[in-house]
Amino acid sequence: MAGLLEIRDLRVSFQTGDGIVHAVDGVSTSVERGKTLGVVGESGSGKSVTALSVIGLTRLPNAVVSGQVLFDGVDLLQLSSDRLRSIRGRRIAMIFQDPLSSLHPLYRVGWQIEEAIMAHEWVSRRNARRRAIDAMRAVEMPNPAEVVDRYPHELSGGMRQRAMIAMALVLNPDVLIADEPTTALDVTVQAQILELIRGLQRDFDTAVVLITHDFGVIAEIADDVAVMYAGRIVEQGPIGTILEAPEHPYTWGLLQSIPRLDTPRHERLQPIKGMPPSLVHPPTGCHFHPRCPYAMPMCRTMDPELLESNQGHFVACHLPVAEKRRIWRELRPEPAEAA
Amino acid sequence: MAIAPSIELERPGPPRALRSALTSSMARYIVRRLAWAVVMLVVVSALTFLIFYTFPSADPAALRAGRQATPQLIAQIRHALGLDKPVYEQFLIYMKNLGLHFDLGYSYQNNIPVRQEIFSRLPATLSLTAGAVVVWMLIGIPVGVLSAIRPRSIGDRIAMGGALVGISAPVYWLGLVGLFLFASDIGKVHLFGGAGSYVPLTQDPGAWFRSLLLPWFVLAAAFAAFYARMVRGNLIDVMGEDYIRTARAKGLSERRVIFRHGLRAALTPVVTIAGLDIGILLGGAVLTETVFNIPGVGRFAYDSIVNSDLPAIQGTVLFGAVFIIVANLIVDILYAFLDPRVRY
Repeated sequence: MAGLLEIRDLRVSFQTGDGIVHAVDGVSTSVERGKTLGVVGESGSGKSVTALSVIGLTRLPNAVVSGQVLFDGVDLLQLSSDRLRSIRGRRIAMIFQDPLSSLHPLYRVGWQIEEAIMAHEWVSRRNARRRAIDAMRAVEMPNPAEVVDRYPHELSGGMRQRAMIAMALVLNPDVLIADEPTTALDVTVQAQILELIRGLQRDFDTAVVLITHDFGVIAEIADDVAVMYAGRIVEQGPIGTILEAPEHPYTWGLLQSIPRLDTPRHERLQPIKGMPPSLVHPPTGCHFHPRCPYAMPMCRTMDPELLESNQGHFVACHLPVAEKRRIWRELRPEPAEAA
Repeated sequence: MAIAPSIELERPGPPRALRSALTSSMARYIVRRLAWAVVMLVVVSALTFLIFYTFPSADPAALRAGRQATPQLIAQIRHALGLDKPVYEQFLIYMKNLGLHFDLGYSYQNNIPVRQEIFSRLPATLSLTAGAVVVWMLIGIPVGVLSAIRPRSIGDRIAMGGALVGISAPVYWLGLVGLFLFASDIGKVHLFGGAGSYVPLTQDPGAWFRSLLLPWFVLAAAFAAFYARMVRGNLIDVMGEDYIRTARAKGLSERRVIFRHGLRAALTPVVTIAGLDIGILLGGAVLTETVFNIPGVGRFAYDSIVNSDLPAIQGTVLFGAVFIIVANLIVDILYAFLDPRVRY
């Protein structure tokens, strides 16, 4: 299952005043052309750091990165900064959570897209502008020829994120990493943006890594899901399997905390109790055990490995399989239908 | 303008219309600011008057009369200068002359029109300020950028330590040390022109440059230090912004990320401060002009205070106020061009 982008045992740690933070602690996953990998987890679970590390944009000072990030068979972590830069934006593009703060406030939107083109291709300003307008049209921007001359603050949130997507996709990259692309947007706009990403992915056969804390978004768009907790992947597999037969108590918690329209009104949402753990002094054994209602004595001491429980379905949990099936049968929301 | 509105899916965009309206709204803004400027100047004049009469100072008439002054002579001078009239009357006369004839009155000290004196001294102050601005920008911005790129590095620590010294060193002390070390007359090394060597640019550009080199550096020292710290701080903040991450994610060169994206945003507030600083200095760099004996507006202000020369004090204060108000206005207008988010 060698994907277009394959992460092997990625570890990112950095020094803080309190000690060494293991933000990413041995993550392995991959995504193929035309597919979408959803990475889901609470804030602080290491999902954004994972994504930023892939293209060498970890902002944290004195971050130590190890492992492998294979893109088309080349380890990006070993590349010179110049080689990596030629891949950033051209072959692996990224969009971010807040399009207002992610666009430069002092430059026109079109200029910023033109710049992305001209960073990688020897084209005239006029040519780049035409392509910027085309890209704006491709993301269904109203009045693209006029909007290119506007500043980010003059656009609505949805238009800004469309502009970000236009900027990311203008060079037709192989991989698009989207870090919470819809979190800062109105719900109605969220659906439009997701639909847009999916449509463009179909047209260009792009591999998409979608990072979110929102399982609803994942259910909408992902082919595979990686659930992250405290810098690790605790469960990973095809979307259907994860929604139908999740095997990690944390995944259960995430799935139960999605509001649903088809459950009885009086039924309350079940939030996951407790706070995400400290990444400086993570809990012993399974990192999730302090918050896990099914924790056993061994969970306190033994760190569960991420093991294949079914074909393509990986779980890191000590609970016996039969027990997990039984618990999920009780927990799964009725009627059991994945969105 | 199209008559039929174009159909837009999301928020209809006002910018086209807004931009054409911008000129008129900005014009209105400028007019309003200028009206306020007049009010400000009247208040400044009144305050200067009030301070002069309230605080103890030497009797200008006695000063004017010289050493062997008889009471009659002093009374005569007092009458001639209008000092025997009530304060409010003096103020009204002053304001009337100023408003109608742009007349700042005559210096008590040497009977020269204050306006003429200030204008004749303006080139010296202008030379001093302009050169100092160039020096401090050329030092402050690069040092700030280099420090910001490698914060906490040895270079950064040396630069910021030096900046602290530069900010802390008083101009008169630095000026005297500079003269003592480098002046062509009293210096250990005869590098620059000494105090009082100022030559107007129109007379001899070479001599003008040599005579001002030391004052430029002395005046610029504190500013360079302050600007280096400001550029460093701004740039470090900006480099942590999300849009810098976007610029990197686009695959831009680090140089382009720093200069086109980082510095562009970091320098916008610097321009504001620079405008105000220049405005203040054009009103007269009193200390520097005094230490180096440059016949500028600042030196004139200093002399007029020493001599209790009210019209000259009034003139220089008003003059300085005008520069500060104009600089403020220019900065605010400039800001709308530097930052498209600013509207009036």
